[in-house]
Amino acid sequence: MTGAGKGALTAVWLWIALVLLLPFAIVLKISFATSQLGVPPYGPPVSFSAYAALIHDNLYLNAYLSSLRTAFVATVIALLLGYPMAYAIARCSQRWRSILLLLVVLPFWTSFLIRIYAWIGLLRPTGLVNTVLESLGLIDAPLRLINTDGAVMLGIVYTYLPFMVLPLYARLEKLDPALLEAAADLGARPWRAFLKITLPLSHPGIIAGCLLVFIPAVGEFVIPELLGGPDTLMIGKVLWSEFFTNRNWPMSAAVAVILLALLIVPIMWFQSVGHREARS
Amino acid sequence: MAPILSVEGISKRFGVTLAVDNVSLSVGPNECLALLGPSGCGKTTLLRLMAGFETPDAGAIMIDGVDMTRKPPYARPVNMMFQSYALFPHMTVEDNVAFGLKQDGLPAADRLARVKEALAAVEMEAFAPRKPHQLSGGQRQRVALARCIAKRPKALLLDEPMAALDKHLRERTQLELLVLRRRLGISFVVVTHDQDEAMTMADRIVVMESGKILQADTPRALYERPGSQAVARFFGDINLWPSGLAVRPERIALSRAPGGVEGTVTDMIYRGTTTTYLVQTHDLVVRVLSAHAGDAPQFQKGEKVFLSWPDDAARTLCP
Amino acid sequence: MTARVILGFGLAFLYLPLLVVMGYSFNASRLVTVWTGFSTQWYFELFADRQIMRAAGISFIVAFVSASVATVLGMAAGYALARFGPFRGRAIFAGLLAMPLVMPEVITGLALLLLFVAAQSAMPWLPGRGVGTLIIAHASLTMAYVAVIVQARVAGMARDYEEAAADLGAKPAAVFLYVTLPLIAPALVAGWLLAFVLSLDDLVIASFTSGPQSTTLPMVVFSSVRLGVSPKINALATILILVTFAMLVVAGLLSRRRSK
Repeated sequence: MTGAGKGALTAVWLWIALVLLLPFAIVLKISFATSQLGVPPYGPPVSFSAYAALIHDNLYLNAYLSSLRTAFVATVIALLLGYPMAYAIARCSQRWRSILLLLVVLPFWTSFLIRIYAWIGLLRPTGLVNTVLESLGLIDAPLRLINTDGAVMLGIVYTYLPFMVLPLYARLEKLDPALLEAAADLGARPWRAFLKITLPLSHPGIIAGCLLVFIPAVGEFVIPELLGGPDTLMIGKVLWSEFFTNRNWPMSAAVAVILLALLIVPIMWFQSVGHREARS
Repeated sequence: MAPILSVEGISKRFGVTLAVDNVSLSVGPNECLALLGPSGCGKTTLLRLMAGFETPDAGAIMIDGVDMTRKPPYARPVNMMFQSYALFPHMTVEDNVAFGLKQDGLPAADRLARVKEALAAVEMEAFAPRKPHQLSGGQRQRVALARCIAKRPKALLLDEPMAALDKHLRERTQLELLVLRRRLGISFVVVTHDQDEAMTMADRIVVMESGKILQADTPRALYERPGSQAVARFFGDINLWPSGLAVRPERIALSRAPGGVEGTVTDMIYRGTTTTYLVQTHDLVVRVLSAHAGDAPQFQKGEKVFLSWPDDAARTLCP
Repeated sequence: MTARVILGFGLAFLYLPLLVVMGYSFNASRLVTVWTGFSTQWYFELFADRQIMRAAGISFIVAFVSASVATVLGMAAGYALARFGPFRGRAIFAGLLAMPLVMPEVITGLALLLLFVAAQSAMPWLPGRGVGTLIIAHASLTMAYVAVIVQARVAGMARDYEEAAADLGAKPAAVFLYVTLPLIAPALVAGWLLAFVLSLDDLVIASFTSGPQSTTLPMVVFSSVRLGVSPKINALATILILVTFAMLVVAGLLSRRRSK
C-alpha cells in the first residue's frame, strides 16, 4: 500500500467513525435518557424509562410485530413476482437482456416519493382504478383501496421490486444452460429440472434479494404514511411521530435501538451473503 | 562481461508457499534468458521481483551493477511486457508508446522522434492514431513491445509473450522477436511454459520447479545432457528404464540382426517423415523414432527386433 | 413462457403509475382524475410557486455538493476495498460502509440528527442545522453506493494497467491520475449520478437533519401530498421523471462513446 493510499484509507475510516459509528453510539446513549422540556429535549442517560414504556405499552409491541409481518408478506410477494421476471430476463438474448434490465432499474432512479404519490392517484376512491372499474360496470361503489394494509404492501413491492430482481438476475444469468439440458437429457421434466437445478443454484440470489427488500421495509415510513390508513401500525411511523409529534427523543431512540436489534441478524446475514458473492 | 541483470539468493514467500526459493541467476549483455517451468513454479514471481512489483524476503537484485532490490518499479531501468499486454484502453497507440517517455520528462520533440522510432521498429507507424481495441492480437503485441523499447531499457522482461496469440502466429512472432532483439541489442528475460518457445528464443534456459532452479544451460545442453529425469521429460520424449537409464527415442536403432536389447514391435505410429515404434522389451515399452525418406516403414507389427544405441546417447538420471 | 407473461406484467406494474401521473399533469381540470382537455397551466403554476422553487434550489445545491463529496470518499473507500487486500479490519470496514445501504432510513436520520445536536452542544460555535448538515448526512449515506460501484469496477479491472504504468516510470500519483482515474471514470459518473438522485429524492433523512431555513423539495412535496393529489405535483413529478431519464441517457451515451 502506498503512502497516499494509506492516507485515503485513514480519511475514509475517520469519516466512517464520525458519521456512521458515533451516531449510533449517541442513539444508544440517548435511549437511556429521560424526556424533558428544553433544548435538547432530553436529560442525562441514567434511566430505563423509555424501555419500560416500550414493554408496558402494547402499541410498540404491536407496531414491531405488524411491521415484521407486513415486510415479510411484501417480501414474499416481491419474490413471487421478481423471480419469474429475473428468470425471463436471464433467458433472453444478450441484446434484450440489457434493455429489459435497464427497464427494471430505471424506476429505481426516479423519485421514490413521486412513485408512491403516483399510487395515491391510482388507488383513491375517485382514482383511476375505481373510475375504470365503475365505468366498466364491475363495481357500483368505489372500493376502499387506499389507506389499507394491502396498499402498504403494494407500495413496498412496487418500490423494492428492482432490489429483488437484480440479485436474482445476477445468479440466474450465471447459470449454465447446459446444466438444464443435461438434466433434461437425464430424464428430468422441466418442472423437476427447475426445482432440482435452477432453484438450488439461485439460492444465494433469493436470500440477497429477500433481505434487500425485507430489511428496509421493516422500518419503512413514507409508504405506510401515504398509502396506509390511520390504523396502519408500522414501527417507522411510530418512531417518526415519537420524534416529530411527541418530541420524545429518548423514546424514539429506544424504538430505533430495538428496531436495530431486531434487524441486526438479517443485516449480518445479508453482509455474509454479500461477502461470499463477492468472493465467488 | 559483467551481467546486465543479476539475482542473488532471492526468496519470496506468499503465505505458507515459498514461491521463489533462494534463486540466483544472471543475464549477460545481449543475452536472451528463458525462465521455463509449469504454472506455479515461481517463474512469473521471479520476473515480477525483477520488475519491482514484488519485494523479496531475502536476496538482492542488481541491474547494471546497481542494487535495485528496494527500488519501486518506476525507478528501475527495465521494462516489462505483460501477458495481457496491458495497453491503456483509453489512449491511442501513440499515447501508449509516449506514456513512459512523458514520465521521464522528455521534451516533446525528442519524445515524438522516439515514439516514431519505436513504432517503426515494430512496423506499426500506420496505426499510431488507433485505440488498442481496434487492433488485432498480433498488432497489440507489437505496440506493447514498442511501448517497452521506446524507453530503451537495460533489459526487457517478457511474461508469456506468445500466450495471447494464435498458434500459427506464434512461430513467426518468435523469430521476429529474435531478429528485433539482435538489432536493438537489449537483454531479454522471457517467462514461458512452452519448451519449444524457450528453445526457439533463448540463448540460455533456466528450468524451474517449486520455486527452485532445476538446471540452467543452453537449449542443446539441456536436451542432450539433462541433469535429472524432470528436465529430460520437459524437453521432448525420452525412454526411462526403472534403473534410471535414459535414452532419447531418436537415438535408438532397430535391427533384425541379434545384438543389444531384444523386444517385439507392438504398435507403430506413422507420421510421414517419421515412424514411432513401440517395442515391448522385458521391462519397458520402448519408443523408437525412426526417420525415413519416402520409403515404407521397415518393421511390421509382431516382429522380433533388437535395440541398440551409441554409448554417448545413454545417461543415468536421478529422478 | 409463463415467466415472460409475468415479466410483462411486472414491467407494466412498474411503469403504469408513472405514465398516469405524467398524463394527468397535462389535464386541464383541477379534479385530477377527470380528463377535460390538454393544458400546460399546471407547469406555469408550478414555476410560479415560490416555496417549491426555493426548495428545489436547496435540493439541487445539496444534491450536487453531497454527490461530489460522496464520490470522492466513496472512490477512496471502494478502491481500498478492492485493492488493498486483507488489511486489518477490512470486514468491519466493509460492513460499516454497507450499513446505509440496508439500514431503515428513520434510524439513519435519527442517528445523524442526534450526532449534529451533540456536536452543537459540545461546540456551540458550529453553525446550526441547515444546508451544511444536510450535505454531510447525504454524503455519508450515498458514499456507500459510490463505494460499491467503484469497488465492482476496480475489482473487475486487471492490475496490469497500473503495474504497466509504474513499470513505464509513472510514480503512484501519476499512475492514479493518468491510468486509474480514466479507467474508473464510468463508475465515478454512475456513482455520482446515483448519489445525486438519491440526495434529491430523500425525504426521511432530510426531515431529521435539515433546519428551518433548508426545507428540501421532497419535504414540500410530502406535506402537499399528505393533503391530497394536486395537479401541480403531477407537473413536478413529470419534470423530475424526465430530468432523471435524460440524465441517465446522457450518462449512458457518454460512457458508450468513451468505451469506443
